[in-house]
Amino acid sequence: MVRSRDDIVRTIGKPLLADDERVKISCRNVNVYYGEKRAIREVSVDIAEQEVTAFIGPSGCGKSTFLRCINRMNDTIKSCRVEGEITLDREDIYDRNVDPVLLRARIGMVFQKPNPFPKSIFENVAYGPRIHGLARNKSELDEIVITSLEKAGLFSEVKDQLDHPGTGLSGGQQQRLCIARAISVQPEVILMDEPCSALDPIATAKIEELIDELRRNFTIIIVTHSMQQAARVSQRTAFFHLGNLVEVDDTNTIFVNPEHKLTQDYITGRYG
Amino acid sequence: MQYAYLLILITLLSAIGYYLGRQRSSRLVKQEIRRLHSLPGHYGMYVALWCSVPAVIILGLWITLQSSAIESLVISALPPEIQSLPQEQLSLVLNDIINIAGGIIVSDAPDEFLLAAAGHYNQLKGTGFLALAALLMTVCAGGLAMGMRYIRPDMRARIKVERTMQALMLLCSAVAIVTTIGIVLSVLFESIRFFNQIPVTDFLFGLKWSPQIAIRPDQVGASGSFGIVPLLAGTLMISLIAMLVAVPTGLMSAVYMSEYASDKIRTVVKPLLEILAGIPTVVYGFFAALTVAPFIREMGGRFGIDVSSESALAAGLVMGIMIIPFISSLSDDVINAVPQELRDASLSIGATRSETVVRVVLPAALPGIVGSILLGVSRAVGETMIVVMAAGLTAKLTANPFEAVTTFTVQIVTLLIGDQEFDSPKTLAAFALGLVLFVITLCLNVIALYVVRRYREEYE
Ligand SMILES: Nc1ncnc2c1ncn2[C@@H]1O[C@H](COP(=O)(O)OP(=O)(O)OP(=O)(O)O)[C@@H](O)[C@H]1O
Ligand SMILES: [Mg+2]
Repeated sequence: MVRSRDDIVRTIGKPLLADDERVKISCRNVNVYYGEKRAIREVSVDIAEQEVTAFIGPSGCGKSTFLRCINRMNDTIKSCRVEGEITLDREDIYDRNVDPVLLRARIGMVFQKPNPFPKSIFENVAYGPRIHGLARNKSELDEIVITSLEKAGLFSEVKDQLDHPGTGLSGGQQQRLCIARAISVQPEVILMDEPCSALDPIATAKIEELIDELRRNFTIIIVTHSMQQAARVSQRTAFFHLGNLVEVDDTNTIFVNPEHKLTQDYITGRYG
Repeated sequence: MQYAYLLILITLLSAIGYYLGRQRSSRLVKQEIRRLHSLPGHYGMYVALWCSVPAVIILGLWITLQSSAIESLVISALPPEIQSLPQEQLSLVLNDIINIAGGIIVSDAPDEFLLAAAGHYNQLKGTGFLALAALLMTVCAGGLAMGMRYIRPDMRARIKVERTMQALMLLCSAVAIVTTIGIVLSVLFESIRFFNQIPVTDFLFGLKWSPQIAIRPDQVGASGSFGIVPLLAGTLMISLIAMLVAVPTGLMSAVYMSEYASDKIRTVVKPLLEILAGIPTVVYGFFAALTVAPFIREMGGRFGIDVSSESALAAGLVMGIMIIPFISSLSDDVINAVPQELRDASLSIGATRSETVVRVVLPAALPGIVGSILLGVSRAVGETMIVVMAAGLTAKLTANPFEAVTTFTVQIVTLLIGDQEFDSPKTLAAFALGLVLFVITLCLNVIALYVVRRYREEYE
């Protein structure tokens, strides 16, 4: 059954998980405003544990905005206001008693443009552990840095130049450094906003492999403009359109047998 | 200033040239502008340049050469017995002539020949001016005609005009550079004359500064001593106090404004801080002398500290306040230039805002911050007014900020105030002090450049 543009208020597919045990993050009736403008409308969705969820949709539809609600990075934008309920492990993250700083230590983020600090590779990865006091001494810190770099698949490439500036690496290496930096504080969730959009196909393939690897330990949400990437790395896919969450389902279903006409048009490239 | 009229005349003629050139070029191609190599405006400029540049050069040459030419003409018309006078007397006579010509009566009854010569002088000047005006008109008209003749549709007027403009700009920057070199050289030569009388080592390492030179040889306390160590110490102490006030305050307010303040507060506070930079230093000076110094004195009295009415502390504190806006405004700019992505990265790992500022933003902005601090130091070292008014003139070698001290700039001022012979060591010492001051600021600038370069390499 193909539906029209007008009745997408209710998300179709399987936005809510049947198995309550698997829910890591749940969002209910989330609205986001920039000043007067509503950028996200009544979005309700569950994110499953240890699985990759992909957010797709045309530019400007609110994917990044919604992603940034989950680690409360929207708090840093003065005009931005979030309504509704978002829970992490069944605790409301917008509760008064929740410290966004601690929350962000549990929910890491990788940005579209690689943004290593203008410090050495070592210092880049050691930054988070230092702030949160995760290492009691230098050798523990070394250990954390090395395992993070290993998990990010970068260690073998940079092991002799840990004291070189992180900004001197190639774009793909920088992005993996940012991933290492994000996982160094052992978050439970990693949010990735178009992590490969500035990279070439080889670096992209490496990062995709890495995401598949990281899925075992982390819950991952990835925003992407590449259908192939969403199909390759994710287990569930959510399609956004003009601030609405149109359709959520298993990635397979979305790509093989989408229900909504907008979804169909978008993934077959007829959107526009 | 009759020459101004000539300049206006040249400008007018050039404007006409511009108009004619523009018209002629577009008429040549029957208004089909695309067939021209350049835009009609460029052809207009081309003619205008032909019209004005030679004329202005001639005017400049005339002004520089005219007076000596006229003078030698006047002298050669003087009676032979006067011409044969020695050089100095001759120039005195010439002075009289010029004064009389200008309408100033030197003595009650000037000699006959002086009056005649003055008339001659005025007449020469009048004809000279007329001749100049005629010459300029011819040159302008000639240039205009030349320029018009060169106009062809395929003539590359734009390139030629741009070249000429480039040359003019080069000339302008050359003026600045040559002036700087001239100033440095003159200071240097006068300093060398000073060091011929006073040994360099006495100057640099002497512990006593009292530049009073005897008027009579038998005067008591006659010999001046020119040791700059007390001045150096005073300058450094006041600058240090000023920087202790300005750097933390300036940096903190910069961080507050760029990282914490809401837009509303920012739009109010930032201009207010910049007003501080616009207050004349004299005003700071009397604020220091009349408000701060007595206050410090009184406070000191309460704690049993002996504070003199003029103190390094008062001058330094007020100077620090004066420097705050330089540091805060520049640092604010560089902190704002740190990419938002770096802040986002830090926040997304769970750093607080203050951790982000201390560990990410400030290190990334460090080169600019160091630059702003060194700029502040240069201001402090070069500041005169506040010190004159609040720290006094006594060159005392002391580490006590409650005592009166003095600085390089203040001493330069006092050395040159009043009637002075221009070759006594006392006057020449001002140049030597200027040289030292120049070297100090130069070193500061070099250090600033070095720091900025070094950290830039590491951070970007
Ligand atoms: N800081 C902001 N202030 C005001 N409006 C914003 C801001 N950021 C985003 N928006 C608006 O919110 C809407 C959603 O933007 P968002 O960046 O979430 O889109 P997106 O789906 O991530 O797009 P893209 O794929 O191009 O990254 C857009 O209409 C945008 O104009
Ligand atoms: Mg986006």
